[in-house]
Amino acid sequence: MSQEGGKAGPQRAGGTSSVTAQTMEVQNLSAYYNKFKAVTDVSMKIEPNKVTALIGPSGCGKSTFIRTLNRMHEIARGGRIEGKVLLDGEDIYDDRVDPVQVRRKIGMVFQKPNPFPTMSVYDNVVAGLKLERRHKKSELDEVVEKMLRQAALWDEVKDKLSANGTDLSGGQQQRLCIARTLALEPQVILLDEPASALDPMSSQKIEDAMQELKERYTIVIVTHNMQQASRSSDYTGFFFIEDMGQPGQLWEFGETSKMFSNPERQETEDYVTGRFG
Amino acid sequence: MFSILSALAQRIDLLKQVRRGNTGDVIYKVLAYLFGLALLGIVVAIIWELWVQSAFARQEFGISFLWSTSFDPVQAQFGALQFIQGTLVTAVVAVSLAAPLGIGIAAFLVEIAPRRVNAVVGFLVEMLAAIPSVVYGLWGIFVLAPFLRDYVAPWLTATLGWTPMFSGSFSGYSVFTASLVLTIMILPTAAAITRNVLQAVPKEQREGMLALGATRWEMFSQAVLPYAKGGVIGAMALALGRAAGETMAVTIIIGNARRIFTSMFEQGATIASVIAGNFTDADSGAYVSSLFLLGLILFAMTFTINVLARLLIKATSSGPTG
Repeated sequence: MSQEGGKAGPQRAGGTSSVTAQTMEVQNLSAYYNKFKAVTDVSMKIEPNKVTALIGPSGCGKSTFIRTLNRMHEIARGGRIEGKVLLDGEDIYDDRVDPVQVRRKIGMVFQKPNPFPTMSVYDNVVAGLKLERRHKKSELDEVVEKMLRQAALWDEVKDKLSANGTDLSGGQQQRLCIARTLALEPQVILLDEPASALDPMSSQKIEDAMQELKERYTIVIVTHNMQQASRSSDYTGFFFIEDMGQPGQLWEFGETSKMFSNPERQETEDYVTGRFG
Repeated sequence: MFSILSALAQRIDLLKQVRRGNTGDVIYKVLAYLFGLALLGIVVAIIWELWVQSAFARQEFGISFLWSTSFDPVQAQFGALQFIQGTLVTAVVAVSLAAPLGIGIAAFLVEIAPRRVNAVVGFLVEMLAAIPSVVYGLWGIFVLAPFLRDYVAPWLTATLGWTPMFSGSFSGYSVFTASLVLTIMILPTAAAITRNVLQAVPKEQREGMLALGATRWEMFSQAVLPYAKGGVIGAMALALGRAAGETMAVTIIIGNARRIFTSMFEQGATIASVIAGNFTDADSGAYVSSLFLLGLILFAMTFTINVLARLLIKATSSGPTG
């Protein structure tokens, strides 16, 4: 387990290993903030190399739920869960598992673009890699180009890699954050409303990038944009909250084509056709 | 030019309001203006007074006052260098000790302590600033100085005695004691402002780093601290200004030796302490005028430090543009 000299401790995956998308399985998961139950009893299977979209009205627990998938939920005050989340058959909430390692395998892109303002574009991309160990410059150069290409940003920023990360436009910043996540070669990528702060053009570019990315990764995306969900996802989960103060539930889950054309439950149909929310 | 125009526009606006019958508003505005101007007036008056009162010394000694070390009331020869040295050395030593402590306290409160501990300890740290300066002075001379003499100074002499910095014997009244008391006095400033600056770092920055598989320490050192850097430097500059201007405690402890010192164990004087310790003896025009000139120099020093500090804090608290 122990590797010599690595300041970051054991088992940090290198940025050059090959990637395999993994299945995630959520079993009877409930999420809490102190005593308040925000999400109750969610079970679903997240398929590899597919895009799974999570939709639903505001405050129904989608964001809380997606943050339980890489143990970011427990950072919030009083954040805890019950249930299991399996990555490739292993519970990421097992006592022996270090949340730091979980987050390296399951990357996350946030609602608001959050590049590190004191770092250049280049350093933003390799910020995660630099945590694990020393890398050769040539190795990093390679990673930067590869990841920026995967995030569909290379052509726009290849001449300003030393510019500040925050000098880019909002949409570019968000794709930079995607590249930064990809650089760790995670097995799963979680996106929490990645386009909600962006204009339609930038949003489209992120959607396009996602289609490319699912070739390599397992993708989960929270979105408020019905068109985006129906166009770009393979599976859709509809979260719903019955009443104020009640916890959010996974109301219905299935293939996207079915969820949008012929859902089982009335609330799902009302929501996807824009009758509420 | 612009300010004159806008002031004119304001006045026309006031007339309009009187015509509309908003007399209450007009009175409020005029009063607010007057109070604002009063503050400006006080600052200008102080600078003016320092300038006028120091005129004799400025003509007599010229710019060489800054690097002269003579302080001889009988011959009416005065200089500032040893006091500038005392002020800078005590203040810089105090800040370089208070900075790591203050950042450490702030990091603990913001990053690790539970919310309630943050609130309570944060309040206590700010309370330190409410302790009167003279109390720090008394504590420094009757508690800290004996402790340093019995436990710290022998050890420093044994380990670092070969350097000029800690050579000689330690009597209690010293530049060293004064620097340590100043450290404790400016710690609230350093810690409290750093705490505010760290708290202002957006949640997204922390989450972004954690989501890349950073430990809490890596998150703090690579995302939080770089983001807050300017503000932290600003906090330290503000603390430096406070240390440079501190009078009472330093006057009690530093020994008021009006000469250049080479060891921290020697006695010295700062600009503030020499003014406080000598104004009752100032019997000649040159003497009084020299004290005023020292005051003007101190004011220029702390003013410059403060302005730079405010600029730094302002540049960072508004966040990087994007």
